[in-house]
Order: sequence, then structure tokens, then C-alpha cells
Amino acid sequence: MTFNAVGQKIPKKDAPLKVTGQALYIDDLELPGMLYGKILFSKYPHARILNIDTSKAERLPGVKAVVTAKDFPPNFRIGFMKDNPPLKGNKVLSTRDEIAAVCAISPEIAEEACELIDVDYEVLPGVFDPITAMREDAPILHEELGSNVLKLPWKLVCGDVEKGKSESKYIVEDTFTTQWVTHCCMATSGCIAHFDINNNLTLYSNTQIPSLAQNDFLEALNALGLKNRRVRIIQVTIGGAFGSKLDTYPYEYIAILLALKTRKPVKIVFSRDEEFFATSPRQCTITKISQGCTKEGKLTFREVEMILDNGAYTSWGATTPSVMMMPISSLYRVPNVKYEAKCVYTNNTYCQAMRGYGNPQATFAIESSLDHLAEVSGIDPYDLRMINANQPGEITPQGFKITTCGLKECLEEVAKRLNWREKRGKGGGKRGVGMASLIHVGGGARVYKSDGCGTIIKMDDFGKVDVFTGATDIGQGADTVIAQIVAEELGIPVEDVNVIHNDTDVCPWDVGVHASRTTFVAGNSALYAARKIKARLTEIVSKILEIPQEDVEIRNGIAFSKSDPQKSIPVARAIRRAHFTTGGSMLMAEHFYDPNNENLGKDFKGNLSTAYTYGTHGVEVEVDTETGKVKILKYVAAHDIGRAINPLLLEGQIEGGALMGIGFALSERLIYQNGYLKNGNFLDYKILTVRDAVPVETVIIETDEKEGPYGAKGIGEPGLVPSAPAIANAIYDAIGVRIKDLPITPEKILKALKEKAGTGNKA
Amino acid sequence: MKKEIKFHLNGEEVVAEVEPHWTLLYFLRNVMKLKGTKEGCGYGECGACTVVVDKRAVNACLYPILEVDGKKVITIEGLSKPDGQLHFIQKSFIEEGAVQCGFCTPGMIMSAYALYEEKENPDEEDIKEAIEGNLCRCTGYIKIVQAIKSAKRRQQ
Repeated sequence: MTFNAVGQKIPKKDAPLKVTGQALYIDDLELPGMLYGKILFSKYPHARILNIDTSKAERLPGVKAVVTAKDFPPNFRIGFMKDNPPLKGNKVLSTRDEIAAVCAISPEIAEEACELIDVDYEVLPGVFDPITAMREDAPILHEELGSNVLKLPWKLVCGDVEKGKSESKYIVEDTFTTQWVTHCCMATSGCIAHFDINNNLTLYSNTQIPSLAQNDFLEALNALGLKNRRVRIIQVTIGGAFGSKLDTYPYEYIAILLALKTRKPVKIVFSRDEEFFATSPRQCTITKISQGCTKEGKLTFREVEMILDNGAYTSWGATTPSVMMMPISSLYRVPNVKYEAKCVYTNNTYCQAMRGYGNPQATFAIESSLDHLAEVSGIDPYDLRMINANQPGEITPQGFKITTCGLKECLEEVAKRLNWREKRGKGGGKRGVGMASLIHVGGGARVYKSDGCGTIIKMDDFGKVDVFTGATDIGQGADTVIAQIVAEELGIPVEDVNVIHNDTDVCPWDVGVHASRTTFVAGNSALYAARKIKARLTEIVSKILEIPQEDVEIRNGIAFSKSDPQKSIPVARAIRRAHFTTGGSMLMAEHFYDPNNENLGKDFKGNLSTAYTYGTHGVEVEVDTETGKVKILKYVAAHDIGRAINPLLLEGQIEGGALMGIGFALSERLIYQNGYLKNGNFLDYKILTVRDAVPVETVIIETDEKEGPYGAKGIGEPGLVPSAPAIANAIYDAIGVRIKDLPITPEKILKALKEKAGTGNKA
Repeated sequence: MKKEIKFHLNGEEVVAEVEPHWTLLYFLRNVMKLKGTKEGCGYGECGACTVVVDKRAVNACLYPILEVDGKKVITIEGLSKPDGQLHFIQKSFIEEGAVQCGFCTPGMIMSAYALYEEKENPDEEDIKEAIEGNLCRCTGYIKIVQAIKSAKRRQQ
């Protein structure tokens, strides 16, 4: 099949705006009469609030409103478990707890006013790790719940793990831990809330979930006594998201409240400090994993127990075990699986979704443990993976129906490009190679009642197309990919397709930009809408040219007869002919695409996604045994993505993902001590710079997914999923020590080397 | 107390009354309403606010406004021609896929612009040195380096 628009390296549609500084981010937006909001955060990680005195702040000239918990209805709570009041009135449970907020005519006055608010606290003992929080004598954060363990029974049982153990010739057991890492979006969080004269709310927002946010804020308006109002979400240019904007947050509700009080637009934008301590990082995990295999290397079972630090409140981070189940049950063929996870409240920052949604933490444990199993069984790690690789057509223990699957091809490509057979185990105590694979959802993920996305499409009198999509662009290129799909289907140039994706007043419903679902779901939605409009267009053309509809073809904006190409008409003219006539018509169509995937059942089984994506990363490292520093010499990222709609943007996702994964593996860690963040700045929290950039060698495997738009599957998240275990495995190959606690810092390597030398063991 | 300063901003003379504690970034964004220069951290660690002062890339968030008196300042808004013709570095960023969320992009481009002002044929090491203070969370830097490297070709 040959394509015109699909498969082309087309630059991102909004890139000209971004390279000229014309793209408007939340901080760039100013509305007439706009006020600036500021939040006062808690001084303590756990305390009772005895009194809040806002009188001095209220008297400061330029201050227009001061709000506290009393200004929200008493039982108003937000979040997945409805455990988070946007302003805290009785107790604070973390140092990012919001106590009061002000708005003023300038950001400086707002900040000064916050400093004038006096809060009396009774400090309570805190609990800062999930193990301690589970003890009987631990302070209970949410007293009404009676326990710090969340009532979320994450448990998956497939087959019989005990039987699997009895059939195993080799068994390994390890414990792995991962750290808090944060999104570090280059633009900080923020919003502008504004009520019109009829009390309808417009929120200028960075959200990844415009439709669900609309629903959340409607609930808030109801709670505030504003019944039957409208909420319009206008998304500005989003300066990075990576999962951080999958929920609605206290600062947004506070901006709404301040706007309602003042009847003025109120903007809240976080400083970089606030962005570090008051947004929700990836949850840290403690994972005990055991796997076994037969003498021939066939996996027999996988058993995983996990504890997650939820922090003080509950956002989507607490649901990441539902995604961790995916690699645990379905990365490689393993017949018997058991997984249990507990999320535990602590007086730490509360956690959220971040690129991969739990998958990177789980895959770090699985793939590190698999290398351990390879060593114990004496089978080469590459061979062990090939023996157990998933294959097209299989149904995994969790009930995933694997359609396309290029895992073996990915493994082979990585082994070939790393020169695996020559290099593995032959690095002279300094160099090593390692690999790790991934499975991720690639055809949507049914985590909500609907996994759908709507598209409205219209063609104008000049043959140009406007596509109104529910999809959200967070920089990944949804705008461009959707334009390519529509252009391909309609036979018109990509530049003739305008994609509108930022306004709930005109764009249809979409569950949000998550789960690497946009190309697949929004792409299919756009494709089917375009197909409907094309049917109308070819009908019009067939009448004008007096040829059968099946004979009509459109290419580059010209409609013509396939059998007699002399007969042709520009699309624009055909549209005008249909429009400007008595009883004329315009070309418009809509489609709502909801993939045929399933919600997981009570047993957490079901076909979560319509298609699954696979990949393998391979790394060659050099470890300086004097300093403990790890240098990545080669990085290969092979991904089965079904079809590359836009190889340029696809590479961008994989390269950016891999570097984020390398940061997760080697350098990034939020350091909390007794509930206080100690390194909330770019000096001390090390995201990678161009000096650390690694020339990622991207290998694209096209497996042509039948259900995907032109064969495509999702790729937003997979790029960072296997990075950490691939690197850890390469380090082990180089120096014979296995670091089980991320990030793998030089200090940990030196300590492990010292211990190894001390015990005299080879490994 | 306000002081008067006079300098060139994107080729035009600006005379302004400024507060001595203002930064160049504050002045650009809040007085001149030039929103293309971004604030990513406010303490000189991310490079999103990079502008060029007398051919040198600086962090506008740390640069005192009084210091620009008598100097020539170029921001991202000053790079393309009034007729919309883009600078070759801007073109290169678009075509090489060096832009994702785009928030770091103006600062990256200004660092690259200063580099080209200094060196006609920068090599990869020069490029890394020029943008080592500019953080990007989306791209992994690969396509940004490529864009700066191949920008020269687009100039010819």
C-alpha cells in the first residue's frame, strides 16, 4: 500500500508558532482586569490547624480576596477517592497542603499577602514511609478511614503459582525499589478562571483531560451552589505534561473560588519551587519479585508483591497497579502469575500518573529479575527472552488478546546492533551490554467508562478542512498526526487540514491524552469521520462528472475518474457546486470512535486494549570502577509501533522517552526528609542536559495493526519503560554488581563494588 | 525610584523608565509584553529565558535591567523578518523535528543564534557548549543538536 501523507516526516503543525515565540502558554495569557492568585502552603507535614488569621492580608492594599476552607462547602473533596479538600481547614497531611489563598492586582502583592496570614498549628507526629505507616501504632492520616492502607485491593491471580514453582528448575527472588521522580515540565502548572455574567465558568488550562475536567469543575460549581451552569475549558499551548495533568488539582479549584468571589479573571501559575513541591510525582515502589523457569528456560511463574507510597491524598497514582499488572502478567509468556499491591497513605507528597503509568517501575523489577534468572539457569539473557517472547495471536493470562506483536523482531534487532554475542560477558570488567523489553497498551486503554474520542469535520468552499477533535496536544504532535490521517483519507495536502483541539465549546468528548492512546483512538475517530465526508464528496463528484461513485478518486485536491483520468474537477469547485445551488448542502461529518477493548473485571482480567505495543532497548555501558560513573556508549531502542504515521514525531517520542528513562535510571530522585522536599530545583534535581544526551538509535518495526489507523499503534510512553532495567543489566554485565534501587548513582555502584570485593564473591 | 535607560531592542531604540530591581525578563514580558521569552525557573538554571545581549546569550531572568543601558538586545521576536521570513535556525528547528511542547524552544534558538554570531561553522562540541544551560524535557536533545548542526545548510 502506498501513502501520500501517512509515513511522511512532516514537521509539527504548530512548530512555526513555537519557534517564533508566538505560541501562548498559560503564563503568557493576560485577560482584562485579571488578578493574580497565590496559595499559602502548610509549614508542617502533619498538624492540626488551630487558627487561621487572614485579617492582615485582607487589609493589604491591592488584595481583592482571601479564602480559606470555610469558603468551600464543608464536605467538598476532590480526587479519585474524594479524600482531598482543595483548602484544608482542620488538619494538614503534607507540606504541600493548601491552607489559604489570596488574589491581588499583582503577583508581588499576592505573595506579600500570603506571608501576612498567621496560622496556628498543633504539630502531630508524621509517618514518612509506607512500611512504618502500616504499623499498628502509626499515626492515622485520614482518621475516618481507620487505616493508612487504601481500600484498593489490587490482586491478580492467573493459573497456579505454587504449581509453577514446583515445575521450576530455577527460581530467583529479589526486592527492587524505585524513587520519586517528577515530570519537570518546562512550563509550570497554572490556570486562569473566569466567570461570565451568567455564572458560567471559562477555565484556561493545561489539562490533559478537558472533558473529565469539565465534569469535575461542574461538580465544584454545583457544590458552590451554582446549579446547571456551563464550564468551558480552553487549553492553552501546553508546555509539557507527561501525565502530570491527568487530574484536577486544588490550585484550579482555588482559582475558581477566587474568580467567583471577585468576579474577575484569576490566574494562578506556579513558581518553579512550587512546581517541584506542590505537583504530584511518580509513585515510589518496593517490589518483591520471584520468577522461575524450567531447565530449558521456559518461564513457569511470576509472583510480585508491591508496596506504593501514596502520599497524603489520592490521585491516579494509586491506580497504577492496574497498569503494572500488564507487564507482570503479559511481558513474555508466563503461565502462572500472582500480583498483589498495597497503596499506603503517608505524610509525603501525593503521587500521580507519569509517562508509563507504573509500567517503568514494574518493568524494572521484572527485567532485572529476568537477567538474574538467566544467570542462575545458565541461559544467555537474550536467549531466555527469545524462548519466552510473546507472539501474535496469543491470549495472555490476564486475558489480553495479542494481535500484532513484534517483540521477537525487536529483540533480534537489539542483539544484532549491540553485537550481543561478541560483547556479552566480554567487557573486561568495565564494559557491558544489557537489554530489557516492554509491553504497553497500544490501542487505547479502557480505564474509564468510555475510551472514546469524537471528531467533527467540515470542508469549506475552498476545499480546506477543519477537524475538531477531542484529542489534546501536549507537544507529542496529535495535531499533525490527525491532519496526516485526514489528508490521506481525503486525498488532499496535509497543509489544507486545520486541526482544532483546545476548546470544549467546539471540540467533542475525549477521555484524555493518556495511555499512548491518541494516535490510535483520536486517529481512528478522525479517519472514520473523514471516511464519511469522503463518501459524500465522491457522491457529489460522481454526479458532476457523471461517473460511478466507485470510479471517483481524489488526489492532491483533484477529483477524477479512475478509468478516464481526463474527467476531473478540483475538490473545491465540486464543493461549491454542491453548496451554491437551490437546496444546497455543506460537507460536514462526525464520528465517535470507542475502541472495542474491555474494562478489567473484578478479577482484573480482560482485554484492556485493542492492541498492544512491544519494544526492546539495548545498552552498552562503560563503568568507571574508580568513580562509579556510568557512561552509555550505545543505546538501541527497537519498537513495534504498527505503522509510523510520522517517523519524525515518532523518533521524537522514542528519543525523548529514552532520555527521560535514562534520567530515571541514573540521576533523578526527589529527596524527601520527614515530609520536606530537599532538592526542589534544577541544580539539585538532575534532569539530563545536552551533555548527557545519548545518540539513541531508533529502530521502527512495522507490524501493520489491523485495528489501528493505517496500521498504527501508540508510542507516547513506551520509550522510557525499559530504559532502567536495560541499563542495570548492562552494568551487571560490566562489573558484576546489580543495583536494585533506583537511581543507580556512582555512590551506590562504589558501595556495591566494595561489598563485592569484601565478601570475595564473584557476584 | 525609577531610572531612565536607553537601548536597542530587536533593532529599535527603546527609552524606558525602569525600577532598578527589575530583571530584563520582567521588563520584556511585563512592560514590553514580549511573551516569546519564557520563564522556566527564574533562577538561571533552565535557559528558557535566554536572549542575546551584545551578541552574547544571557539568562534574562538574572540580567538586571539597568545593565542593558546602551546595549543591543535581541529576543526570539527579533529573529524573523517583518515579512514573516524565518531565520535559518528557526527553519531548521521546524524541519528537523526539534520542537515538541516548545517551551524551551525560544531559549534554545537564542543560544544557537548567539553561537552562530560567534562561529560560522560550529561543530558538535560548540553546539553542546552553547546549549548546555538550556533544559528540554521532551526531545532528548538529539533533534535539537541536529537542527543547530544542519541550520547552516539552510542559510545557504
